[in-house]
Amino acid sequence: MSPERRSEAAGSVECKGVSRWYGNVVAVNDVTMTLGPGVTGLLGPNGAGKTTVLHMMAGFLAPSRGEVLVDGRPAWRNPAIYAQLGLVSEREAVHGFLSAWDFVLASAKLHRLAQPEPAARWAIDLVGLADAQHRRMDTYSKGMRQRARVAAALVHSPSVLLLDEPFNGMDPRQRLQMMDLLHDMGEQGRTVLFSSHILEEVEQVSGTVQVIVAGRLAASGDYRTIRRLMTNRPHVFTVHSSDDRRLAVALMGEASVNGVELDRAGLTVRAGDYGTFTRALPKIARDQQVRVRRLLPADESLESVFSYLVES
Amino acid sequence: MNLTIARITARGLFGRRRFLLLLPLPLLLVGLALLADALGAVPSDWGPPVLVGLGFAVVLPVMALIVGTGVLGAEIDDGTLVHILAKPLPRRDIVLAKLAVAVGVTAVTVGAAMFAAGLVAGPVRLAVGVTVGAVLGALAYCALFLALSLVTRRPVLLGLLYVLIWEGLLGNLLSGTRVLSIQQYVVAVADRVAGTPLLTGLVSVPVSLVMSAVFAVGATVLAVDRLRSFSVAGETG
Repeated sequence: MSPERRSEAAGSVECKGVSRWYGNVVAVNDVTMTLGPGVTGLLGPNGAGKTTVLHMMAGFLAPSRGEVLVDGRPAWRNPAIYAQLGLVSEREAVHGFLSAWDFVLASAKLHRLAQPEPAARWAIDLVGLADAQHRRMDTYSKGMRQRARVAAALVHSPSVLLLDEPFNGMDPRQRLQMMDLLHDMGEQGRTVLFSSHILEEVEQVSGTVQVIVAGRLAASGDYRTIRRLMTNRPHVFTVHSSDDRRLAVALMGEASVNGVELDRAGLTVRAGDYGTFTRALPKIARDQQVRVRRLLPADESLESVFSYLVES
Repeated sequence: MNLTIARITARGLFGRRRFLLLLPLPLLLVGLALLADALGAVPSDWGPPVLVGLGFAVVLPVMALIVGTGVLGAEIDDGTLVHILAKPLPRRDIVLAKLAVAVGVTAVTVGAAMFAAGLVAGPVRLAVGVTVGAVLGALAYCALFLALSLVTRRPVLLGLLYVLIWEGLLGNLLSGTRVLSIQQYVVAVADRVAGTPLLTGLVSVPVSLVMSAVFAVGATVLAVDRLRSFSVAGETG
């Protein structure tokens, strides 16, 4: 790390009762959150308002109501915040006619860094793009362009880093590198927020999660607590077996089962707890000498997980 | 001026096909002048249609339109502007750097062609006159079209409407519209500098100079303000 690159001020991002609407459509509804040092995942299904929240934090969108503060200063119409803030937007556009080196160096110069060259070299090394840095970026793969953009966003060593779906278009190896990078950034005391609609990505990188569903903040806090909320919710399974009626009777005696419905399609079981039920089912089936042919979770889409979180 | 932004803007401009396809326009102007001269036509016959009808009424505004809307508009369209905006730079610096590139490129390409065509048509004073007009026009037009690219999503269309309908059609039919026509300012100033009967200014020179400045400064101030409130719409929400 060059001497220039150190974030001294702990960056903070605050949303206070922030809403954003477009005509009659409410994209973000009364979101209040405070981000501090460390990595935070902004989790939510597509169209939930993640990008809108990120754009408001990055000063690229005015809140219709409420306030967005970066280090205590309003984000909107205030370019000064970019001295402490780096943004990697979802749109993968780069100036294709530039090489990654030119692009990152230009970023360093636009930040008026005292020593732009070492800063650019540091940022390019950090994202592992040194080998291809002098090639035009329009020859890059999606993942390489993404890394060039991350390097440009990091070149001034910001205390706040916002990334919109940073793992999109990356192969598994690049994904891991990026996860490590974000993790390190958080460890160094930077405030890192990245959005994702994929639960596992968030799980692997961040300890803190903000879950946003249909424009509202549905849950926020420690990942493990939210994960427990998600796994302990009622689950619906479809079961096909050699004797559905017999199995249904036996299942009603199982504590983790809340209800059973028998119809021509088979057996629909509402279980209170995913883990307990899936462990109990084989045992019950064996005791009843019923063969289970199929066990299908009926509501495993991410959207259903999220909507459960909103209701709870 | 911010040289980094100017350099990126210039590289982006020269890398675009739309701009490169336009470069023959100024050459056409010189070519026609040379052709007319070679065929023995008198400058008083071909001068006005080539210098004013083609040069000031078409080549200058069209070059300025493509360049002026391109320096910022292209980055807005492809989303790369966000990289420039996410920097702790006064928005004025960004607009001025882009405007300088646009004015410079337009003034050099059109100005050189006008100078050459002017030399073919008459004395050096005529050539200087039409060049001064081209430079003045480059400034006013580029500022206007750059601002348009921040005000509307269809800056080229609106710019064309201004050039073709307002300046081209209404400017000839209703004399009142001339006071708001950059083309008229350009011709008036070129006429004063050149001092030949080939050019006929219809608006007074002081009005032309003041109005050109009003266009240039007003449009630039508007562009700076619009850029301060530049919003990025979410694609996936």
